[in-house]
Formats: sequence, C-alpha cells, structure tokens
Amino acid sequence: MTDRHLLSGPEPDPARDAGHPDPPERVGFFTDTSVCIGCKACEVACKEWNAIPEDGMPLSGMSYDNTQGLGASTWRHVAFIEQKVPAPEGRTELSLIEGAPAAPEPPQAPGDMRWLMSSDVCKHCTHAACLDVCPTGSLFRTEFGTVVVQEDICNGCGYCVPACPYGVIEQRPHDGRAFKCTMCYDRLGAGQEPACAKACPTQSIQFGPLDELRERATLRVDQLHEQGVERAHLYGHDPQDGVGGDGAFFLLLDQPEVYGLPPDPVVTTRDLPAMWRHAGTAALSLAGSIALAFALAGRTKEAR
Amino acid sequence: MSRTRQRRGEQLMVPRAEFESYYGRPIIHAPSWAARDIAGYFFLGGLAGAGSVLAAGAQLTGRPRTATAMKVSSLAAVSLSAAALIHDLGRPGRFANMLRVFKPTSPMSMGSWLLSAYGPAAGAAALSAVTGRMPRAGATATVGAALLGPALASYTAVLAADTAVPAWHGAHRELPYLFTASATAAASGMALIVAPTRESGPARCAAVLAAAAESVVTEAAERRLGLVAETWREGRAGTLMRTARALTLAGAATAALAGGRSRPAALVGGLALLAGSVCTRFGVFAAGIASAEDPKYTVLPQRNGV
Repeated sequence: MTDRHLLSGPEPDPARDAGHPDPPERVGFFTDTSVCIGCKACEVACKEWNAIPEDGMPLSGMSYDNTQGLGASTWRHVAFIEQKVPAPEGRTELSLIEGAPAAPEPPQAPGDMRWLMSSDVCKHCTHAACLDVCPTGSLFRTEFGTVVVQEDICNGCGYCVPACPYGVIEQRPHDGRAFKCTMCYDRLGAGQEPACAKACPTQSIQFGPLDELRERATLRVDQLHEQGVERAHLYGHDPQDGVGGDGAFFLLLDQPEVYGLPPDPVVTTRDLPAMWRHAGTAALSLAGSIALAFALAGRTKEAR
Repeated sequence: MSRTRQRRGEQLMVPRAEFESYYGRPIIHAPSWAARDIAGYFFLGGLAGAGSVLAAGAQLTGRPRTATAMKVSSLAAVSLSAAALIHDLGRPGRFANMLRVFKPTSPMSMGSWLLSAYGPAAGAAALSAVTGRMPRAGATATVGAALLGPALASYTAVLAADTAVPAWHGAHRELPYLFTASATAAASGMALIVAPTRESGPARCAAVLAAAAESVVTEAAERRLGLVAETWREGRAGTLMRTARALTLAGAATAALAGGRSRPAALVGGLALLAGSVCTRFGVFAAGIASAEDPKYTVLPQRNGV
C-alpha cells in the first residue's frame, strides 16, 4: 500500500485507508440532471428524514428556487436555471423512452426559454478538504466511503466551511456547529438507500455502489450523445480529478458554473506539504532576520 | 463575445471576465469568522511570536529592559489571541475539543497544539522576568518561546491558505513570508515603544528588514494571484493593504532615521509599524472574504487552469 494517506490523487479505497479494516463497497450518488423535473421531493425528503430545521420562507426571485444553495439546513438543493435558447443549436431535446430518437425539432423562435433543473448535494469527495482540515476529528470517513460530521464533537470553529471547494458545508447560526449531507448514514447502516434517492420520482438521483454508478452514467451519456444532446457530460466522476473523484457525481447539460458548481475544484490539502515547507522557511527567516538585526545593531554600536 | 482588448488605462492581466454563474451566487462559502477575532488573532499571534524572538535576542545581548518588556508584551498578545479564538468558537469549553486529536493535515489543530505549548512558555518567561524568580526556568522558557514563536507567526498563513478561498490559497507560497514579515514589523514596533531608545538598535534594524520584505512579498503575491489580485487591490482590502504599506514603510523609515536619537520618533515609528501590521492582516482577511463572495474568482482561475 504505497498510495496510503495521499492528500490528493487517485485513492481506490478511502474507507480502508481511513482505518476501516473490512469496509463494504463504496457507495455514492449519481444525479442525472437530464431527467430532473424540479419537483423538490429530494429536498423535502431530506429535511423530513434528517429533521433539519426550516430556513424561513424567503422569496428569492431566482426562478422556482427559494432555498438558493446548499447550507447547514439545506442538504439537498434543487437549482432552477432559466435560459434563453438560441434555436436550434444549444437546445436540449430529451427522450425519456430508451432507444427512441429525439423528437423532431419543433419550430422555435430565438429567445425561447428552457429550464435546467439539478439537485445538488455534498460531493463526499475522495479527498475531502473539510475532513482534512477539521481540527477536532468531528468530520470522519465512514465505512461506506462517505464523509459525515459528528455533531457532538464539532466545536464550531468553522474551518471546514471555507475549506470546501464546492461550498457545501456551513455553520448553523446561533449554534456555530457545521452541518451537511450525511448520505443518510443511519439509513445506509440499516441497508436502506438515502431518503432523497428513495423519494426521487424520475430516478434523477440514483444511489448505489460507486463503480456501478459510474458505468451506468457512462451509458447514459452515450445514449444522450446518440440522441444529439452534445453538451451532456459527467461532472465529478473522474478519480483523476482535483479531489480524487466525487462520491456524488452529476450528469450536466451545461457548464458546471451555470449550476453553481466550480469547473475544476482541487482539494487544497494537495498543496499542504508545500505550505508547511514555506511556513517553516518563513519561520526560520523570521528568526534569522531578527538575529541579523541584532548582529547589525551590535556592530554599529561597536563602530561608534 | 467581444474580442476587443482595451489598451487604454490599466493594463489587463487576463482577458475580460466572461462567464456564467448561478444567479451570481458565490460558488464557495466565505468563512463566517469575524474579522476582529480571526484577523486580530493573526496579528496578535505574530506580535507574540516575533516578540519572543526579540526578547530572547535582547536577553542574550544584554538588553534586559527590552527583554522584560517584550516578554510581557508577548504574554499579553498571546493571551488576547487565545481570547479572540475562544470568542470566535462561542463557548470556552469548545477549545478543549481542539486538543482531541493531533492532526498535521489540519493547520488549526497544529496551531492549537502550538499555542498550548507556546502560551505557557511565554507566560513563564514573562513571570520570571517580572518577578525575578527562578531565573534558570525563566531562561529556559525564554528560549522555548523564542523557538516556538516564529512557528506561531507563520502557521496562521497556512491556516488561511489551506482553504478554497482564492485570495488566500492562490498566495499560499507567499503568505507565510508576508505573515512573518508583518509579525517582525509588529514586534519591532512594540519594542520601539516599550524599550529604552538606548536598547532599540536591533528593533530598528528588524523594522527596516521587515518593511522591505513585506513590500517585496506583497508584490510577489499579487503577481502570482493574477486576476485574483484584484481582491487585494480593490475595495476595503485594497484600502487596508495600501494603508498597511504606507504605515509600515513610514514607520520603518521614522524608526531608522530618528528612532535612535528621539524618543517621540521611536514612539511614532513603533505605533505606525504596529498599525501597519494590523492593516496587513485585516487587509488579507478582507481580500479573502471578497474573493470568496464573487464567483468570478473561483470560476475564472479554474477555467484558465491556474
């Protein structure tokens, strides 16, 4: 095991390397946004099952999205993107029946609208910055390869919040402790799938062993490409990417940033060895320059 | 997409920012840390750490009044910094959780251990110097604090840089040097204020070295940051960084030119150096918040493969 304890790069078995001697298969989410209908059943199911407090009732003016983003009290978030479509290119025609060709292009005026809907969630990164930087050990890697916060140990330092390259984890106001998706750790332990996947009526949210999901996702992308949806692509599936691949990955129909996702996130602890080296050198140079100051001052005194 | 490049006015470092975002919302979450607590902690930790090195140097070179004064200042600074940290956590009991694990991948964990070793050393050094009791233990504590102090001044840079905050992580190579230079400036400023003029020669030299280093390192960091350097130059952060540079350079110049002869000049120079260091830390902090709140600074560097 030469690749143990890597801070970045491919990591085939994060659960075993986190100290679980005989872990089950790594599980994850594949969120296929091409079949999301924006019903928010996932948001509601997540709130219900995990007993997450309400967010108030703000009206954001952002299409049908009033939760606005992931946070301490929103562990699944459905984004609504309203786009003006310059017909015909760029338009997404989806066939939900397998094998059927896309519907013939209906006459369409430039300026028509389309909606992209996407259910976002914690990515359960292979190299999770939140977990790496947590000073209390409150964030841990589960036997399923997911990342969970232990509420009773979290001391509210908030370090995980800016460490997350996806902007997932957040502190709850008036409490200070950090919360995020647990991939329903309690349900997984009982052999059940997470509440959001269970509630999703279109199988936009698929749960299962990560390897199997990656295969399924590749097939789905091929299918969409055959149907002429050229912009369909996977996001977060690649174990070679900056976070070692995500435990929750997505099929997107536009650029990641359109959905509020970073285009090429990197776990910042990748650079931690360099940072510690620079900090060490900086500390030595502090001591050195003060020593130099004493030497210079001493000499000028003698010269007088 | 317009391909016209503006040639007038300020030179564009990268092509005009064009990207889409989700209703302009930030991609990452900005830290919820209060500037007063955390930027204040960065400043106080640096002041304490570099101060301990000055104290040890003063003790070794027979400048007893400077040594005692700097030990007291370091103890005060580290006590205040611990208070700031605990205030940010919300409840004092929560600090105990910081020492649950020893975790080199977490700069905050390493910092907590460092603080819990440095704090008592600085305290013992100061107590022994003030009371005159247990001089041998006091000398050991002085050396211990001087060895740990530089680490206390530089680790906070890693603490900031090991995040997805573009203005901090992008400068992760330069930030430790900026923080130690700023810490040296603060500690020499403090020495100019509390020590007799006769003994302040080394502090004046250190102030000049620190001010020069800080200018060079800030320049290097901004060059490395490219587009994200905007967050260091504009808005609240820009004002603070410019003020910091002016105060630090003016403070060092005043100290070097007149601090050896005139007590008021030493005081003014020292205060300017301290204020400059405060502005540097609050400026870097504000730049980080600004860079986290605008999706541009997350998306464009990643798109450009930086």
